Amino acid sequence: MEIIVCVKHVPETAEAEITIDQNRKRIKTEDLVFDINEWDDYALEEAVLIKEKHGGTITAITVGTEEADKTLRKCLARGADKAIRLTDKAFEGSDAFATAKILHKTIQNLPFNLILTGAQAGDDGYAQVGVILAELLGIPHATMIKKIDITDESAKVNRELEGGLEQVMEIKLPAVLTIQTGINEPRYVSIMGIRKAKQKELKVLNLADLGLKAEEVGESGSWITIEKMLIPPVEKEAEILSGGLDEISKKIVETLKTRGLI
Amino acid sequence: MKEIFVLAEHRQGELRDITFEMLTKGRQISQKTNADLTVILLGHNVKEFAKRLADHAKKVLIIDDVRLENFNAETYQQVLSHLISERKPSLILIGHSAFGVDLAPSLATELSMPLATDCIDLNFEGEKLVVVRQVYGGKVNVEAVLRKSEGYIVTLRPATFEVEEDKGAGGEIVEIASPLSKDVTYKRFIEYVQPPAGEVDITAADIIVAIGRGIKDADNMPIVEKLAEALKGVLACSRPIVDKDWLPTDRQVGTSGKTVKPKLYVAVGISGAFQHISGMKNSDLIIAVNKDSKAPIFRVADYGIVEDLLKVVPVLTEKIKEEKSS
Repeated sequence: MEIIVCVKHVPETAEAEITIDQNRKRIKTEDLVFDINEWDDYALEEAVLIKEKHGGTITAITVGTEEADKTLRKCLARGADKAIRLTDKAFEGSDAFATAKILHKTIQNLPFNLILTGAQAGDDGYAQVGVILAELLGIPHATMIKKIDITDESAKVNRELEGGLEQVMEIKLPAVLTIQTGINEPRYVSIMGIRKAKQKELKVLNLADLGLKAEEVGESGSWITIEKMLIPPVEKEAEILSGGLDEISKKIVETLKTRGLI
Repeated sequence: MKEIFVLAEHRQGELRDITFEMLTKGRQISQKTNADLTVILLGHNVKEFAKRLADHAKKVLIIDDVRLENFNAETYQQVLSHLISERKPSLILIGHSAFGVDLAPSLATELSMPLATDCIDLNFEGEKLVVVRQVYGGKVNVEAVLRKSEGYIVTLRPATFEVEEDKGAGGEIVEIASPLSKDVTYKRFIEYVQPPAGEVDITAADIIVAIGRGIKDADNMPIVEKLAEALKGVLACSRPIVDKDWLPTDRQVGTSGKTVKPKLYVAVGISGAFQHISGMKNSDLIIAVNKDSKAPIFRVADYGIVEDLLKVVPVLTEKIKEEKSS
């Protein structure tokens, strides 16, 4: 089974404080730690699990700058066999649509039975790339996947719906599946893995290599252009309790007592 | 006359709330842009839905086909691309739900229509369509413009637009023959699987103490468990905790888990992505502990503690115990 995993190198922001850059079109990333997008991390692990069961090879692909090699190396260390980084000045400012076009041009010349990617990215959260890619390749897709069973020419998958409900679908291969977090337990990178990764191929391709025109990608090839970023307006402001730990705790206890909660 | 489409969403015999949220927003835009509001209802034996929807729109277009009974992006896309090519609506609203994310991007690609997903607002400024989205887990809002087009597709974030009451629009119900010519070939719906029932029903609890990503390590869980015990509350969590298998699925609060409305909700180390917030924002009293003062959870909390949870939670637990024993 030839598996392709599309991954993105993103800043970790769940636990970090964010400041918006002066041009108001991006956030300041200097102090942020970058890593593989959380959803893609589960997609990568799922690819490795499928390879362990059915055999085959895994190719990890990303659109990004040289920095993204960190994420590709991680993929190689965790079990991917090859990696491709798609880098060009012209790719900057690409939205999900332009990104999917770049991936499409790359993947259409590769052998594959299955393409996995995260259901969304933790930065821009479009939740589009995998589905657009499938449409461009003319193959079926299913999103928000919590379970995959590969059977010959097709896959039985569970899609996560609202409220914990799941929808079981049968989908013909080749297909694109976008992976939801929690589908598996991503393994740690082993020392052996890191060593092996050094010998694995990491190819870099640009606009010309892919036969794309500059206007097809970047902002000009995108559906959506960012005008400005802002910190969300506050509808209801929490009363932030100040003071030492004791003082804060006492205030909470008082509030709970007044409300008859303790 | 221009036309705005709203795609009705239903599942297991029920219209989903997002449908009415989209109709409310769709109606506002239709009035501003002088367009007709049309609901698209795809399904099988859904006449009852049509009657309800007619109260909210100028027109309800029904396509009844057994192949549309359960959502399937393949059949939905075929029908919608046919309808859109024929009627050329200026805007199509779809829910940013598990159904919408499976459908909108491929539909937009097929029709070469610009798409904006997970929007919390949208407005036409002349011909220009401006949307507002949230990025970085709700910590930043983005105003963005879509590439100029005859028609646009926008998916709306659930539980974001307040539903206006029935307007008694008395819309016309029109049944259209199904354009599905071939059988479903790529994707087949098999069944729905209900989540397993858990030992504890968190939706019945008066007091909930919920843990999030900020707990960092499974070894730190007892710190928060003790707080829940002291408060005689039940332990719940946000998605990352279930993803890591530190708590079972039935403890998850949010879009893909449970919706709760306790008397007290203590959110510990939860930054407050909208998926979580939509499951707990209607709690009577919300207290949040997070070290990031800008965490979105503080936008719904009544009281906030900007501190390292590992430091403040044990002290708070002690104070509560002291109070109870005094």
